[in-house]
Formats: sequence, C-alpha cells, structure tokens
Amino acid sequence: MARQNKQEINAGSMADIAFLLLIFFLVTTTMDTDSGLSRQLPPMPEEEQPKEENKIKERNLLIVLINKQDRLLVNGEQMLVNNLREKTKEFITNPGNSENLPEKKYEVVKVKNPEFYPGSDLPKKVPHKLFEQRYPDGYPVSKGVISLQNDRGTSYKRYIEVQNELVAAYNEARNELSMRMFQKPYNELSNEADVDAIRAAIPQRISEAEPKNIGE
Amino acid sequence: MASKFERKGKSGGTPGINTASLPDIVFMLLFFFMVSTTMRETELKVQVSVPEATELTKLKKKSLVSYIYVGQPKRNYQKFFGSEPRIQLNDAFKQVKDIPDYIAAEREARDENERPFMTTSLKIDEDVRMGIVTDIKQELRKANALKINYSTKKKIQ
Repeated sequence: MARQNKQEINAGSMADIAFLLLIFFLVTTTMDTDSGLSRQLPPMPEEEQPKEENKIKERNLLIVLINKQDRLLVNGEQMLVNNLREKTKEFITNPGNSENLPEKKYEVVKVKNPEFYPGSDLPKKVPHKLFEQRYPDGYPVSKGVISLQNDRGTSYKRYIEVQNELVAAYNEARNELSMRMFQKPYNELSNEADVDAIRAAIPQRISEAEPKNIGE
Repeated sequence: MASKFERKGKSGGTPGINTASLPDIVFMLLFFFMVSTTMRETELKVQVSVPEATELTKLKKKSLVSYIYVGQPKRNYQKFFGSEPRIQLNDAFKQVKDIPDYIAAEREARDENERPFMTTSLKIDEDVRMGIVTDIKQELRKANALKINYSTKKKIQ
C-alpha cells in the first residue's frame, strides 16, 4: 500500500450538501419569464379638456367594440376574431389609398442619434439614411388610430385575444416593411436604428378608451 | 496466482458505482437553477392563470416591475374573502383604491432616475371580467403609472 500520511477530505457528503442546496433553490425560485402585451395608458385628462377623440376624422378611426357576450363590432359591423387581423392590417397599411381608410402623412423617418449625449448641441434625432434615400419626400405614415372599447362584462380572455390580434396586425405590417427595406424580418433586425425607423414609420396607435358601458 | 484469486474473492458481488462525480453533476444542476430562475417574492393568494397570446414582448428589467395580481382567492382563503375575483398587492388582498398607495410605495423604493422606466405587470386570470380591470387601469392612470404589461403565456400552435 501507498503511504497513509496524505489524508484526503471525505467528499462523500458533498453530494448530499449539493442536493440540499439544489432542492432549496428548486422550491424557492420560479422560472416564469415575464412576458406579455405592453401598453402605454393615456394620461388622465384634465377636467376641462375637450375630448380628443372628436378631433379624429371618421376614416382615421377603427372602433373595435367588445360586448358583454364577448362579441365583436368593428366600425359598426359584426366580426369574428379570426378576421380582425386582416381587417386591422388593411386599416393600418391602406394599400390602395382608399377613401374610406386612413389618410397618410408624408413624414421624414427619424431615429435616435447615436452620437447624442445630454448637454450637446447635436440633434436628438436624425433621419434614417435608407429611408431618406428611398423616400426623399418622406414615408407615408398612416394617421389611423384604433380605439378599443369594452364592456365591464367582457371577459379578460377575449380582451387579450383581441389585443393580441391588433398587435399581430401591426407586427405583420412592420414585418413587410422591414422585408422591403432591409430584407430581414422585423424581429430579426439587429441594428437598433433600423428597428426605431420601422417603429416610426408604422407607429402602434391603439387607444384603450375611457370606460363606458356598451350594454347588451 | 493464488493472490489473484484471493483479491477477487475479497471484493465480492457487484462493484459499487463510482459516485465521485456526483457532486459535480449536482453542482452543475444547482448553478443552472440559480442562474435561470428568480426568487419568488410573493406568495400567491389568488388563482392566476394568465391568458395566451402570440405577440409577446419580454419585460427587460425585473427590478423595475411591480406586480398586480387579480383572480379568484385560493381555496383556503375563500372562507374569508369569497370567490369573487380579488386584487392582491404584495402579500395581501387589497381594494382598487389601495393601488395608488402601492404604486407610490413601489416608486419610493426605486432609484430616482429609474422611476420613469417602471412598469406595472398585470397578472390577471383569464376568467376575470373587464370591469375590475378597467377600474385598475383608471387607478393606474390616476397614479400616473402609465406603462403596463398584460402578462400572458406563449401560445403553442
């Protein structure tokens, strides 16, 4: 036998200790990543301020109503959730420049200036180069606003379903533009300026209306 | 020759599995869980099964997120709180009117220059009616906590 003076620490219980720690972490932690549909609520209106919705032209507004029975009414006509995405996309893009769909305003697509720092004289936003090149007169940005209204009795599940369809329509429109401009899907754009540009060209305008009762 | 036979006889039966690498394996698992999970900060007192959606955005900074849970109280709380959907803030059942205080407290706990980026995550059960959700949204608007996130699961197609 070899010499016995080189004694090793007994590592037999190491596994037990590690298991104990492992089980502790399994119990006390959660794995759920927080994801969902992000929204920006409108600020609370001032008392005497006139309602803004009146200013928006009818053709620029898509009113989506969900009633108590979870049924949908889009600009006055009944609709199934499955058809909402297509309708919304048509509304956002207005491919045929139709009279009944939102008008467009030619705007220079601007993105965050990477050289900007607080206190400098540089402009905060600069025009996106590729957009400027392709659209010298500015990109036709849709003026459309989607107004989502619901009853107090609407189920949350249906509400999210509808919200999801609306966002999906925006994402599809953005995707198409992204493919046209950068030959890449929107969610695979690596350049932050490109993402900014697409977002500026197709702004997501979903308004969650003031609560009111739509009734039966 | 004799010694060879003897040794075999001594060890006898099946040889034990070498467990020397077991701690390494378990530690690896441990580190994986330590990195990929987060501490559970509140104990849920309401049943929340969030609806499904496909167009998700991930919440980036967890430290800037405050949570509002809405759902039916869990079985053992139903005796005291009924089975109507209730709001849970931190560890307790609360009313809609308590939300501004909660938001103010959450804001107070964050660094001043991070406050504009705070998000409120609404973890709401899919069976809840919109009435209570609308009330919450109105309270959030009053408290000027305008960035919200409707928590959803990824839909598997």
